[in-house]
Amino acid sequence: MRSLLRFITCGSVDDGKSTLIGHMLYDAKLLFADQEKALELDSKLGSRGGEIDYSLLLDGLLAEREQGITIDVAYRYFTTDHRSFIVADTPGHEEYTRNMAVGASFADLAIILVDATKGVITQTKRHARICALMGVKNLVLAVNKMDLINFNEVRFTKIKNDFLQLIEEFRLESVQAIPVSATNGDNITRKSENTPWYDGLALLPYLEVVDIGHEQKQNEFLMPVQRVSRPNHTFRGFQGQIEAGVVAVGDEITTLPSYEKAKVKSILVTDREVQSASAGQPVTIQLHREVDVSRGCVLTTDQNIAVADLFTAQILWMDDTELEVGKNYLIKVGTKIIPSTIVAIHHKVDINTGQHLVTDKITKNELATCDIALSEKIVFDSFDRNEALGNFILIDRITNMTAACGVIKEAVLDEKNVIWQQTDVTREVRAEQKGQKPLTLWFTGLSGSGKSTLANEVEKRLLSFGYHTMLLDGDNVRLGLNKDLGFDEIGRIENIRRIAEVAKLMNDAGLITLTSFISPFEQERRKAQQIVGESYIEIYISTPLEVCEKRDVKGLYQKARAQEIADFTGISSPYEKPTNPHIEIDTSNISLEEATDYIVKEVLKALA
Amino acid sequence: MKELTHLDQLEAEAIYIIREVAAECENPVMLYSIGKDSSVMLHLAMKAFYPEKPPFPFMHIDTTWKFKEMIEFRDRRANELGIEMIVHSNEEGLEQNINPFDHGSAYTDIMKTQALKDGLNKYGFTAAFGGGRRDEEKSRAKERIFSFRNKNHAWDPKNQRPEMWKQFNTKIHKGESMRVFPISNWTEKDIWQYIRRENIDIVPLYFAKERPVVYREGNYVMVDDERMRLEPNEEILMKEVRFRTLGCYPLTGGVESKAVTLDEIIEETLGAVTSERTTRVIDQEAVGSMERRKREGYF
Ligand SMILES: Nc1nc2c(ncn2[C@@H]2O[C@H](COP(=O)(O)OP(=O)(O)OP(=O)(O)O)[C@@H](O)[C@H]2O)c(=O)[nH]1
Ligand SMILES: [Mg+2]
Repeated sequence: MRSLLRFITCGSVDDGKSTLIGHMLYDAKLLFADQEKALELDSKLGSRGGEIDYSLLLDGLLAEREQGITIDVAYRYFTTDHRSFIVADTPGHEEYTRNMAVGASFADLAIILVDATKGVITQTKRHARICALMGVKNLVLAVNKMDLINFNEVRFTKIKNDFLQLIEEFRLESVQAIPVSATNGDNITRKSENTPWYDGLALLPYLEVVDIGHEQKQNEFLMPVQRVSRPNHTFRGFQGQIEAGVVAVGDEITTLPSYEKAKVKSILVTDREVQSASAGQPVTIQLHREVDVSRGCVLTTDQNIAVADLFTAQILWMDDTELEVGKNYLIKVGTKIIPSTIVAIHHKVDINTGQHLVTDKITKNELATCDIALSEKIVFDSFDRNEALGNFILIDRITNMTAACGVIKEAVLDEKNVIWQQTDVTREVRAEQKGQKPLTLWFTGLSGSGKSTLANEVEKRLLSFGYHTMLLDGDNVRLGLNKDLGFDEIGRIENIRRIAEVAKLMNDAGLITLTSFISPFEQERRKAQQIVGESYIEIYISTPLEVCEKRDVKGLYQKARAQEIADFTGISSPYEKPTNPHIEIDTSNISLEEATDYIVKEVLKALA
Repeated sequence: MKELTHLDQLEAEAIYIIREVAAECENPVMLYSIGKDSSVMLHLAMKAFYPEKPPFPFMHIDTTWKFKEMIEFRDRRANELGIEMIVHSNEEGLEQNINPFDHGSAYTDIMKTQALKDGLNKYGFTAAFGGGRRDEEKSRAKERIFSFRNKNHAWDPKNQRPEMWKQFNTKIHKGESMRVFPISNWTEKDIWQYIRRENIDIVPLYFAKERPVVYREGNYVMVDDERMRLEPNEEILMKEVRFRTLGCYPLTGGVESKAVTLDEIIEETLGAVTSERTTRVIDQEAVGSMERRKREGYF
């Protein structure tokens, strides 16, 4: 079996990346006849005066062809007599840096192109630094457009030296500089006569032989659990891919983060029962006893893996909006996904000089080192030691976009964890961490108007959108906190006052509070509004008395009419209609779902 | 520790992706088109969860113009494997007799794209596996493994979510969905070699056999039933042909071949001078037609 090399092309915009790969495929006879014909036809319409535009083989999106630039990564697969290759051609434009990083995350080797007429520029450096961050250990510097500088050796050497200086600090396994012309084909598949002074291999022959030391960093067995399979009550298997080491039936492993020990009872590699399995294989493992393991946990024999809730990491920020310290993001590490917060920025990297700059602001396409706190202790490792447990992405909880990617440097242990305590925890900080604006949704209306049902539905809906909520109603307030209060006037006033105070505390905790009480008196509601403050939103369920009485779900109206209940709102005690509610809805003629839709729509406006 | 072969690596990657979807997505479905790529994907799904059955249903979008042998094969396989196979067609389109002869590209839009979107909406699927491969076509070569689709199932190629390592972002809002391509990184050759290695059952149309065909624009189109319309100058010939891809029979071109075993097919694939796309009428319309369809919700 030939070995596989995954590589990317990167470098600044228009340096000739797509042309280079296109020309390589063309010259190495790796195209089908119809693809070749299409390329020749497309080129006729293009900008190169009818000459073949090799970049069209890669730039497959309409917008890319229109603008003559690459926007997103293109993957190509090819095989020569010596090796199989997957190449990802990445965009050079700064706007699409995140797409270059997508390519870099999978590559063993990166070809960094430089335009010989321009030399090493900022975007070249940005890409080189991203490669380093992502652990790409093999680089080729392709000095392109040599045809435009008459294949000048001095100029080539100058660019090469600039580049070597740039990468001095990186830990690399191989580096090779090659002078090429992507359009003319010099030194791509064959040595060029135009560069007699260059004594190395042409690009493709170099890629065929370069040794990628797939160094095994870690030998202990390790498997993050993807899912638990339970087809019946006798079978409980943990499914996942082995990321390092070997496991055999009978081995004793440790479950993390629960730190339980158990012996391996059986191993399936896909649908085959085996005695042992090793790194890279998809397995289903049964243990000889019950353990507390679910998705996101890890099975391992490694004693050195961290279980902690704070680490230092290097990140590439990819979101249009700035990184916000204290804001809550979802983080995905291994197979675990949980809430997290960037608690401190150590520094960002000056792309040109590599210097560390102190800052409190990180914008799109910047590289930074920061501390990330997790909502609970999870299993992770440093990227250097263990790639699979050392890389992560951050997801914006509102837009769902992947806001950043990064690699873990090290765990920060509890005693060092002072940063977190230093920040004053205020209402704003708590709300920020939950990614929401605290509100009190004050539902008011007659008994049977639909308050509680709607408050319930609205809460469910908000929760499904990822909001953090708390519902206060007769059940959880009257039976506990306000157990001591009667139903006379004093009791009713105090009841509402306490509810408002609790709602406010909940808001201080960052939560969206929903309260569902008849609250019939205008004066009481104004009092509640005063206590809660500007987070107060009054929702009036204005279903008329006749309808509520007809519904009479709890049979209370009947009793009230029979004078078995005194002071019953609507019958023997007044209900003062709100004069200016924020939201008003009458449920007589609409479905529960429609009413919920309407209220949620209005509430989302207030939350925006 | 032994090195995994290239096929082992591709298999492991696909299984990882399939399990991620089962673990993270609310209501997934695997689209099943009966072709060789779908057969491989189905096989991978069976292996991924063994001894459990795949924890999601399968769905075939039936234009009613598929080869007869495909439909027989679909029903037989679903039965043998004991999986849930949903078959969905665009009923409205059928009533209006939308067909590949009279309606050209509107046929694909209505009977495939629209039918697919309706099918996904009907069951509220939040993630749909597809058997697309990046080596098939230039816009596919640009697509993520987890391809985000908005409420209209549309793909936005200029604004794809970054996808690093194996960290797939599966988060969506209500109404949005994911298309997931577990065999993105497989080539046509990998597919055939895997079919041979795993002994995967495929529709007999992939093997050469004497079949009734007409010669049309450089391809042999099979006369699968009486609905086939002949051009005035066309006559039905008996030719030994096989198919590199399968779809609606009037839109699928066969190639002359003597390959009756997997080894012979693999040999032909390795030596092929044209890509498999040339046998699909739909992709030859114009540069960017696949991208346009994907933006509208097609696979
Ligand atoms: N003279 C000359 N022109 C070249 C050479 N290589 C590329 N070009 C031209 O440079 C322009 C940009 O080439 P592309 O291959 O699209 O550049 P790219 O690096 O892929 O650009 P992005 O992907 O958008 O970052 C085109 O007009 C090419 O024809 C070369 O070796 N010599
Ligand atoms: Mg390009």
